[in-house]
Amino acid sequence: MKRTVKDTEDSTRQIGRRSLFVGGLFLATGAVLTGRMRYLQVERADDFRLLAEENRINIRLLPPARGLIFDRGGVLLAANEQNYRVTLVREDAGDVDAVLAELARIVTLDMTALERARAEIARRPPFVPVTIADRLSWAEISAIAVNAPALPGITPEVGLSRVYPMGADLAHVVGYVGPVSDYYLEQTGDTDPVLQIPDFQVGRYNVEARMERVLRGRAGTKRVEVNAGGRVMRELDRDPPDPGGDLQLTIDAGLQNYVEARLSGESAGAIVMDCQSGEILALGSTPTFDPNLFVRGISTAAWNGLNNDRYRPLANKATQGLYPPGSTYKMIVALAALEAGVITPDETVFCPGHMDVGDRRFHCWNRGGHGRVNLIESISQSCDVYFYEFAQRVGIEAMSDMAKRLGCGVRHDLPMSGIAEGLAPTMQWKAQNRGAAWVVGDSLNASIGQGFVLSSPLHLAVMTARLATGRAIVPTLIRSIDGISQLPDQAADIGIDAGHLQLVQRGMWQVNNDRLGTAYSSRVEVADYAIAGKTGSSQVRNITAAERASGVISNADLPWERRDHALYVGYAPYDNPRYACSVIVEHGGGGSAVAAPIARDILLRAQLGEVPPPTLYPANQRRDIERLHRELPILRTPPTPTGRTVRSQA
Amino acid sequence: MSFLEYNVKFTPTGWRKILYLNWPLIVLLIAVAGVGFLMLTSVAGGRIDRWAEPQIERFALGFILMLIVALVPIWFWRNVSALAFGLSVLLLLFVEFFGVVGMGAQRWIDLGFMRLQPSELTKITLVMVLAAYYDWLDVSKKSRLLYVIFPLVLIAIPVALTLRQPDLGTALLLLMGGGAVMFLAGVHWAYFAGVIALGVGAVFAVFTSRGTGWQLLQDYQYRRIDTFLNPSNDPLGAGYHITQSQIALGSGGWTGRGFMEGTQSRLNFLPEKHTDFIFTTLAEEFGFVGASSLLALYILILVFCIVIARATRDRFAALLVMGIAVAFFLYFAVNMAMVMGLAPVVGVPLPLVSYGGSAMLVLMVAFGLVQSAHIHRPR
Repeated sequence: MKRTVKDTEDSTRQIGRRSLFVGGLFLATGAVLTGRMRYLQVERADDFRLLAEENRINIRLLPPARGLIFDRGGVLLAANEQNYRVTLVREDAGDVDAVLAELARIVTLDMTALERARAEIARRPPFVPVTIADRLSWAEISAIAVNAPALPGITPEVGLSRVYPMGADLAHVVGYVGPVSDYYLEQTGDTDPVLQIPDFQVGRYNVEARMERVLRGRAGTKRVEVNAGGRVMRELDRDPPDPGGDLQLTIDAGLQNYVEARLSGESAGAIVMDCQSGEILALGSTPTFDPNLFVRGISTAAWNGLNNDRYRPLANKATQGLYPPGSTYKMIVALAALEAGVITPDETVFCPGHMDVGDRRFHCWNRGGHGRVNLIESISQSCDVYFYEFAQRVGIEAMSDMAKRLGCGVRHDLPMSGIAEGLAPTMQWKAQNRGAAWVVGDSLNASIGQGFVLSSPLHLAVMTARLATGRAIVPTLIRSIDGISQLPDQAADIGIDAGHLQLVQRGMWQVNNDRLGTAYSSRVEVADYAIAGKTGSSQVRNITAAERASGVISNADLPWERRDHALYVGYAPYDNPRYACSVIVEHGGGGSAVAAPIARDILLRAQLGEVPPPTLYPANQRRDIERLHRELPILRTPPTPTGRTVRSQA
Repeated sequence: MSFLEYNVKFTPTGWRKILYLNWPLIVLLIAVAGVGFLMLTSVAGGRIDRWAEPQIERFALGFILMLIVALVPIWFWRNVSALAFGLSVLLLLFVEFFGVVGMGAQRWIDLGFMRLQPSELTKITLVMVLAAYYDWLDVSKKSRLLYVIFPLVLIAIPVALTLRQPDLGTALLLLMGGGAVMFLAGVHWAYFAGVIALGVGAVFAVFTSRGTGWQLLQDYQYRRIDTFLNPSNDPLGAGYHITQSQIALGSGGWTGRGFMEGTQSRLNFLPEKHTDFIFTTLAEEFGFVGASSLLALYILILVFCIVIARATRDRFAALLVMGIAVAFFLYFAVNMAMVMGLAPVVGVPLPLVSYGGSAMLVLMVAFGLVQSAHIHRPR
C-alpha cells in the first residue's frame, strides 16, 4: 500500500506531541517520587532513625550466679557447678551428620538426646547454637577441644548448674531448683526478666524456694547488635549481673548426716535445735531423695517411685507431718495444772489402770496400773490416769493456752515449703470445726496428746527447748545472709514459774535416769551428757472393748500402718541445756523402745560433735551400739568446709 | 510510512556508525549501572565477588549486545518485530509448561549460564510488534474499532500468560506499556477514557469478587494489596517488607549514613536487598541526595529517549523508542513507588541496578534499539 509523505509527517508529529505529553507524565511522576523521598528522608528522618536503632539493638539478659548455701561451719550445701556442654551451629558445621558422627567417636553421646538435638537443629535457624551434649567431664571437653579442627561448628561451652554436694541428706532442708514453668509464673506472678533466660532455674522447694529473692540475684544485660534473623553481630556494651546472696544455714552438716543416717530405714522425722538460740542444727526426714535428680529434670519412673512409696519420701515429716503427740504432751498439761493451782507437786493419784468418766472407761497404757503416783512419777512413768484426773480439773482452755505458749498448735515461720500449724484444740475450735460441743472425754484424750491434738516434730522440738530454758525460743534456720547475721536476739522469758519448770524437768530427767522411767534403757552413763526427755506412743486406731477383753494386740502383730507412732522429746545436757531434740517414727511402735534410743544417739552426737563412743552407753548395750554405728550410712570422712570461706559476720 | 520511503541524504555505514552513537546516553547508562555495582558491593558487606562481579559481567555482555543491536539498521528490527514477538510468546508458553518455579511463580528458563525470564523479553518485543503494527497501519484507520482490537489482542496474549505464572507486576507493566504505545500512535482519546473507566470498574470487581466463587485474583495477591493499603496491621508478617524498607529509607536522612553503614541493610532487616529492594539500601546509605540523584539519572535517560524519538521522523523508530522509554519508566517508577510505600509490593526490579540477568540484558538490548534508531534516523 502506498502512503503519502504528508500522512507520515502528520502522524510523526502526532507521535511527537503525545511523546511530550508522556514526557510530562514522566516528570510529574518523578516529582511525586521526589516528594515522597523528601517526606520520608527529610521530614520523618528522625522517627525512622529511631526505629532503625530499635531494630538494630537487642538487649540480652545475662544470668546471675545463684547464691551459695553453706552450713554453719562453712560446708557447701548448694553450689554452682561448671557445666560443660557442646553446642553445634548448623551453618558452621556444614555436614551435620558427619560432624555428629565424628563427635560420637570422641565422646559417648546419649542417643535419645541426640535425636532431640537433631530435630532442634532442623527446626532452628542455621546460626543458632543447639546443645548436643550436656554435663560432659573435663576430660571429654578436652578431647573435643583437641579435635576441634575435625569438628566444625562444635563449640565447647561452660554454664552454671546447681549441685547439692550433700545430696539426699539435705533435700528436706535446702530443697532444690528446677526450671521455670508456666505454672510457676502463674502461681508466683513473678515478672523478673531473668526468668526469660532459657534454662534458667528457680528454687522450687524449701530454702531454695523460700529464699529465692536472696539467692537469685539480678540479671545483667548486654546490648548487642543483631540482624533481622536475630543473630548477634557484635556486643555494644554490658552491665554485669549481680550474683545472688550467699546463705549460711544454722544446720550442722555433720549432725544432719548423722540424723538422716540414724533415721534411715524408718519413716521418721527428727529435729535438733540449739535450745538456747533456737537455731535448727539438724532437720531429718526419712526416707529422703536426691535433690540433684530434680535439677536436671526427674524421670517419670523416678518420680513415680518417689510418689508411690508408702513411706512418702517427698513429704517433710519434721515440719509438715502432723501426729498426735501422745505422752510428750503431758508436760504441757502438768504445767497448765500447776499454774492453775489445781495440783501440788506432792499430791498423788491412785492409778488402777483405768478411769471411768461418765459411762466411758479411759485406760492407762499400763493395764495393771501404776498405783499411787505423784507429779514427777506421773511424768517419768507416763501415767495416763494421773493426767486424766488433772485434765478434768484444769480444763481444755488452760491446756490449749499452755500448749501455745510452749509453741504447739502455732505456726513457726521457717523458710521452708511446708510448715504445719498443728492443733491445740479449744472448745470454740470443736464447735466451729466439728459442729459439736466439747465433752469431758475430749479433755481426757487431749491430756495424753490424743484426740484432736496434733503436732509436728518442729512443734515438739520448740516445746522441749522452751521447757529446758524457760524462754520463748523461736526456731531459726538462716544464720546469715551475705555475712550479715540473721539470728534473733536472746529470747524473752516465757513467764512460767521456775519452780514449776524444775518439777517438770526433774520428771523428764527421771524418764531417762530413773529405773522406772519409760526411757531408762536409753540413759547415758556419763552425767555430763545426761539426757532429760519424755517418750510418747500415739495410737492411730481405736481399741475396741472386744479387743481389750481378749487382750490388746501388740504393735508387732499389727500391719505397719496401724501401729502406734513412736515419739520422743528430750534435751541435753540436763544441767546446762544445749540441745533439744524431737523424734517421731511413724508407726514405729513404742516411744521408749524405738524413738528414745534414736534421740539419745542424736543428742550424744550433737553434744560430742562426733559419733559417740560406746563407753557412754550402758554396758549391756555397747556391743549393739558399736555394730549399729558401723552399719549406719554415716559419712566416714566428715564434710569439710570448702576453700571458699563464708564471709565473716559483722 | 517508513524509513525507506524517505529520501535518505546521509546514513553512516560500517564501523563509522560507532561515531554516531548517542554517547551521552551511554554514559548515563554506565552511570546508573555503576550505582548498581556500588550498591551490590555494599549489600554484600563489601564483597565484590558475591553480586557485583556477576552483575558487571552481565553488564559487559549487555553492553556488547547493545552495540551489536545498535549497529544493525532499524528497519531490520522492524522486519523481525513480529518474529521476535512470536518467539517470546512461545517462550512464555514454554515456561508455562516447563519453567522453573521460583518464589511461587513459574518464570524462568534455566539456560545454564543464566536464568531467562521470557516475561522480561516480552516487555520489549511487545513494544516492537506494536510499533511495527502502527508503522504498517494506514494512519487514517488507527482509531477504527477493528484496528484497535487487533493490538489489544496482541497485548492480551502475553498479559494472560504472565498472569498465569502468576506474575501480576509484569502483567500490569505489559498492559501499561502496550497501552502507552497505542496512545503514542495516536489512537483516539475516547478509547483511553473508556479503558480507564473499565479499569476502575475492574478494580471494583476485583474487590467485590474476593471470597466469592469467582474470585479474580490469588489470595496472596489480595494480601499484598491489603498490606499495601495498611502495612502497620501486620508489621512482622506481610507488612514487614514495606515497614522495614520505609525505616531504611527514612533513616537515611539528607545525606545518608554512609557507604556500607546502613544498619537496616547491613543487618538483613531489608528483604530482597540485592534485587527488588536495592533502592532502600541506596537511600539509607546515601540519603535523599543519593536517592534523588539516581532518580535524576533515570529521568535524564527518559529525556534522551524523547529527544531521539522526536528527532527521528520514522514512525516505527519513534514509537519503539518511546515504548522502550515508557517500559523503562514503568520499571523504576513502580519499583521506587513500591519501596516507598506508594504502590503494592510487586516483583519489579530497579532497572540496571537490581541484581538479575534477564532484566539487565533485555534493557541493554532495548537501548541498543534506541541507539539503532538514533544512528539510522533520517537526516
